[in-house]
Amino acid sequence: MSHRFIPHTEADVRQMLDAIDVASIAALFESIPDKHRRDGPLDLPAAASEQEVSSEIARLAAKNASLETHDWFLGAGTYAHFVPSAVDALVSRAEFTTAYTPYQPEISQGTLQTIFEWQTMIASLTGVDVANASLYDGASATAEAALMALRITRRRKVVVSTGLHPHYLQVLETYLAGLDAQIETQPLDVSGITADATASIDADTACILVQQPNFLGSIEDLRPFAEAAHRAGALLVTTVTEALSLALLTAPGALGADIVCGEAQSFGVPMSFGGPHLGFLATRTARVRQMPGRLVGETVDAHTRRGYVLTLSTREQHIRRERATSNICTNQGLCLTMATIYLALMGRRGLRELAEHNLAKAEYARSRVRETPGVELAYSAPSFNEFCVRVPDTSERALERALDADCVGGLDLTGRVRDMDQTVLVCTTELTSREAIDRLVAALANQGVVR
Amino acid sequence: MSPAPDRAQPCFDNVAGGTSYEEPLLFELSRDGRAGYQLQPLDVPAVDATETLGADRVRGDRLDLPELSEVEVVRHFTRLSTWNAAVDIGMYPLGSCTMKYNPKLNERAARLPGFAHGHPLQPTELSQGFLELAWTLERQLAEISGMDRVSLQPAAGAQGELAGIMMIRAYHEKRGEGRSKVLIPDTAHGTNPASAALNRYDVVEVPSGADGVLHPEAVGAAMDDGVAAIMITNPNTLGLFEPHIARICEIVHQGGGLVYGDGANLNATLGITRPGDLGIDVMHFNLHKTFSTPHGGGGPGAGPVGVKNILAPYLPTPLIVRDERDGEVGFRLDEELPRTIGRLHGNFGNVGMFVRAYCYIRSLGPDGLRRCAEISVLNANYVLARLRGVYHVPYDEPVMHECVLSDRNLHATGVTTLDISKRLIDYGYHPPTTYFPLIVPGALMIEPTESESLEGLDRFIDTMLTIEREAREDPELLKEAPHRTRHARLDETRAARHPVLRWQPASQQDR
Amino acid sequence: MAEFELPEECFYTREDEWVRHDGTVAYLGVTDYAQDQLGDIVFVELPEVGATLSQGEPFGVIESVKAVSDLYAPLSGEVVEVNGDLADAPETINESCYGDGWLLAVTPSDAGELDTLMNAPDYAQYIKERQD
Repeated sequence: MSHRFIPHTEADVRQMLDAIDVASIAALFESIPDKHRRDGPLDLPAAASEQEVSSEIARLAAKNASLETHDWFLGAGTYAHFVPSAVDALVSRAEFTTAYTPYQPEISQGTLQTIFEWQTMIASLTGVDVANASLYDGASATAEAALMALRITRRRKVVVSTGLHPHYLQVLETYLAGLDAQIETQPLDVSGITADATASIDADTACILVQQPNFLGSIEDLRPFAEAAHRAGALLVTTVTEALSLALLTAPGALGADIVCGEAQSFGVPMSFGGPHLGFLATRTARVRQMPGRLVGETVDAHTRRGYVLTLSTREQHIRRERATSNICTNQGLCLTMATIYLALMGRRGLRELAEHNLAKAEYARSRVRETPGVELAYSAPSFNEFCVRVPDTSERALERALDADCVGGLDLTGRVRDMDQTVLVCTTELTSREAIDRLVAALANQGVVR
Repeated sequence: MSPAPDRAQPCFDNVAGGTSYEEPLLFELSRDGRAGYQLQPLDVPAVDATETLGADRVRGDRLDLPELSEVEVVRHFTRLSTWNAAVDIGMYPLGSCTMKYNPKLNERAARLPGFAHGHPLQPTELSQGFLELAWTLERQLAEISGMDRVSLQPAAGAQGELAGIMMIRAYHEKRGEGRSKVLIPDTAHGTNPASAALNRYDVVEVPSGADGVLHPEAVGAAMDDGVAAIMITNPNTLGLFEPHIARICEIVHQGGGLVYGDGANLNATLGITRPGDLGIDVMHFNLHKTFSTPHGGGGPGAGPVGVKNILAPYLPTPLIVRDERDGEVGFRLDEELPRTIGRLHGNFGNVGMFVRAYCYIRSLGPDGLRRCAEISVLNANYVLARLRGVYHVPYDEPVMHECVLSDRNLHATGVTTLDISKRLIDYGYHPPTTYFPLIVPGALMIEPTESESLEGLDRFIDTMLTIEREAREDPELLKEAPHRTRHARLDETRAARHPVLRWQPASQQDR
Repeated sequence: MAEFELPEECFYTREDEWVRHDGTVAYLGVTDYAQDQLGDIVFVELPEVGATLSQGEPFGVIESVKAVSDLYAPLSGEVVEVNGDLADAPETINESCYGDGWLLAVTPSDAGELDTLMNAPDYAQYIKERQD
C-alpha cells in the first residue's frame, strides 16, 4: 500500500486521523461537494516500478538523435558545446537542486552568492553595469527587454532587425499583442547585416532590437544603431543567442547598447531539446528599477558579516502586483548555477581561447565551402561560429545527404527566412572535427560521401 | 557564527552543531595564470581573431571572469552548497510552493543523452522519442485535470497564466467583444494581477467571505459584460477548497466571461476532483510543484497550460500531432493554427522538466497520485489540529494541503511572524511562506506535502510549540534569531538603499 | 498609541502628504505617519523640474523594502525644485520628513486648492480614525 515516495503506513494514517478527530481520509475532503468528488480512478497507466520506468524512458530516449549519435552542425539558438564534468557533478548537489527561491537569506547564501557571481560575470561579458538573476530563455528575455524599453521611453514602436531569431520575433509578437505597441521590421542588406535604420527610428520608437551575431551568423556593426537610437531618444537592445561570442566580440555595452539580453545556454547548459535554457538581461545602472526579474545585492548581517539578499523586490509581482515590471516569478536558478560553474572553470583566458577555437573551426569550414564547387557562402559579412551556405539543389536534399554522412547538417532556412530556399545555416564549435567538416561540405555540395 | 545565548536551552534534536566553512567570492579567489580547463588541441589552422574579424569587432578589455583550478572551483561551489536549506536535507514547508520530494530517477532520466543532448530544431524524424513523451504527457495532464487539450510550452506558472489570459483575450476578440476587466480574489498570488496587466486588463479585486472562501454573491456583484474572466486558485491560498466554485463558474459563464484556474495548489485534489469538471475553462500546471520537478534554487519550473475545446483554437504553437498510418505511429509538429496566440518560448518549453514529470506520473499511477492528495491533506490537517489553540488560526475551517496560522496570539510579546520563522531556522527548518496571503496579517502558511512522515511532522510541530513558549518567556531570543546559522539577520534595507549588484575590483569600488 | 509630529503650519492630504506654502512656493513631502507606516524608505521616484502636477493625481513613487506607494499631488502647479539629496539618502525621509526629507517645491497654480486640504488637528483626527 505504501508508495516509495510517501512514508505513511496505515497505522500512521490511523493515528493522525484520530488526532484530527475525523473518521476517514474521505472525511477530510468533505468541503468538496459530493457531486464533484470522483469515484473512479484517473485513466492513467498503473504505477510502475523504478526499473520499469527506467526501461521505458531509456526506450524513448533511444529514439532520438543526439550529439552522441551524429556529428553536429545545428545551432540557431541552441549550441553544442563540451561541458566539463564538474558542472554536472556540482549542480547535482541536492542543496542546489532541491532548494527554492532564496526568500530566507540566512539559509540560502549558497544560492544567493552564486547569483551575485553570475550577475557580475554577465555584467562584465555584456559590457553594461547590472545583470539580473536570469529569465526563462533568450526569447522571453528579448521580449522582456522590449517591454522594458517601452516602459522607459513611454513610446510604442519597436524596430526589429530581421536578423533576429525568427522564434524570438514570434515570442516578441506574442508578448506585445495585448499591449498598445507595434513592431516594425528592418531588413538585412546584401552582405548579411542589418541595413541602415536611421529612417526607421522616429520620435515614437522605444528601441531598435539587433541580434549579435545575427540569426544568419553575421557580425553586426552595433555602433551606428546606438547612435541613431540615441539621437531619437530611443534605446538599443542587443540580443545574443550564442553567448560564447561575448568572449571574443566587442561587448555590446561598449558599442552603446542600453539593454543586452539573450541566451546563455552555451555556458554549460545541455541542449535538452531547447529547454530549460538560460535567459539573461543586463542594463545600465540608471535603468535598474525598470528591470524585470530577480536581483541579488550585497549587504551585511547583524554582526557586519558580508552576505547577500534578494533586493529591489518592489519591482516584482509579489509586491507591485498588476503594476510590476513583469509577471515573472521563477528564474532559471539551476541553469544559472551551471553557467556560473562553467564560467569559473573556463575563466577569462579559457573562454576567450574557446571562442577563438570556435572561430577557427568556422573559418576552416568557410574555407572548405569557398574551395568546393557546388556550395558557396551566402554572405560576405564576417561571422563567428555560424554562417549560411548556398547548396546546389534544395536544402532539404542537401541535409538528407548530410544525414547519410552521419551529420545533422545545419538548419534548413526554407520557409524560415524569406528567399533562403537553397540555404543551410551551419554551426561549428569545439565539438566539430575537421574530418566531419570535410564530410559535411562534400555532402552539401553533392560531391559524394567522404569517409 | 554566534552561539545561542545561554538562556533557554531548547532541545535541538533536529540539528547538531556543524562546521561552517568560509568562502570568498570567486573573483577574490582568482589568481592570474590558474586554469580550470584544458582545450582539445585544434585540428584546423589557428586564426588571429583581430586579423580575421577586424580590430573593431574584437574585444580588448579585461573580462571579470576568475582564474581558478578545477579543485578550487569544486570546493567553492561545494562549500556554497552547504549554506543552503533544501528538501533533501529536511522539511521545507513553504506554503503554495509544494516542496515535495524530487525522485532521483527523474534526474537520471533527464540526463540520458537522447534527451539532454537533443536539439530543438533537429528533424522531427530524429526526435520521435521526445515528441512521443511530450504528446503523452499532454494527455496525462489533460486526464488529471479534466481539460481537453494541453500545451507544455510555458516555462513557468506565470508564463502559463500569461498564455491563459492571452487565449481568453483572443477568444473575446474573435467574438467581437471588448471586455476590459479581470476579476481576482483578494487571496490571489501576485502573478495573477501581473499577468492580467500584461494583457492590459484592469484588475477588479473580489473580496473573500468571512469564512475565507469566495461567495457567488460577491462574484455576481462584480460581474458585468465588461468582465473577460475570473482567475481562481483552488484550493485557495488559505488552503481552503472553494465550495461554491461550480456556481461561481456558472455566474461568470452566464455573464459571457471565462474562468481561469491557477493550478498552483493542484496537489491537494489529484485524483479527487478535476478543475475541468468544476467549470474551469483554462488553467496552468506547475510541474515543479505538483509533479515533483526540482525547484533548483528558483527555477527552472514549467507551467503547461490546459484548455477546454472552446479555447483550443488559440493554443500556443507549435502543436505536437500524432499520426497513425497503416499501423505506423509517428509524431510531427504543426505550426498551422490560424487563431493561435503564437509562440511563448524560443523552443518547446522546459523539456527537461517534461521528462521528469513524465517519470513521476508513471511512477505513481492513478492510485499514487490520489495518495499524494490524500496524504498531503492529512498532513496539513494534522499540523493544524496540533497547533490550533496555541497559534491563532484566522480561518478555522477544514483545510486541504496547507494551513494558515498567524502571530496574533503573540502580539503582547512583540514577537512577529518574521521572528518565528527566523527561530525555526535555528531548529533546522526552512520557514513557511510568511505574510501571505495578504488578507491575513502576520500569516504563516504551512504546506508539509505528502513527503513528510508522521515523526517528521511531530518534530516540526513540537518545535513550533517550543518556539511559542520561547516567545512568551524570552522574546529577545526570537527577535535576534537565527543564532545558529553562518549569518545573522541580513540588512535588507541597506541592500535596497545602496544597491551593490556586482563585485568590483578593489580599485573600482566606491566609485 | 504612537504620537506623530504634525507641524501646525502645514496642510495635509488623505494620502498622507503635507504642503507648506511659503508665499510663492509650496514645499511638499510625506507625513510622519506615512513614513512610520512605510518603514525604512529605500527609494523615491520624483518628477523633474518643470513637470506639472495636478491635484489628486499620482506624481511619483515611494518605496520601502517590501512596500511601494504612489505619491499623490496635494495641489496643482509646476515643479520648481526637486530634493536631489534623496537619491543617495532616502533615509532622510524617515529621519526628517518635514525638514531635509521634503520632496518637491511647486509654484501652485491655484492657491485656493489649499482650502480643500486638512489642517493639523483634522489630520490628527483622520489618523486616529484609521488606527481605531
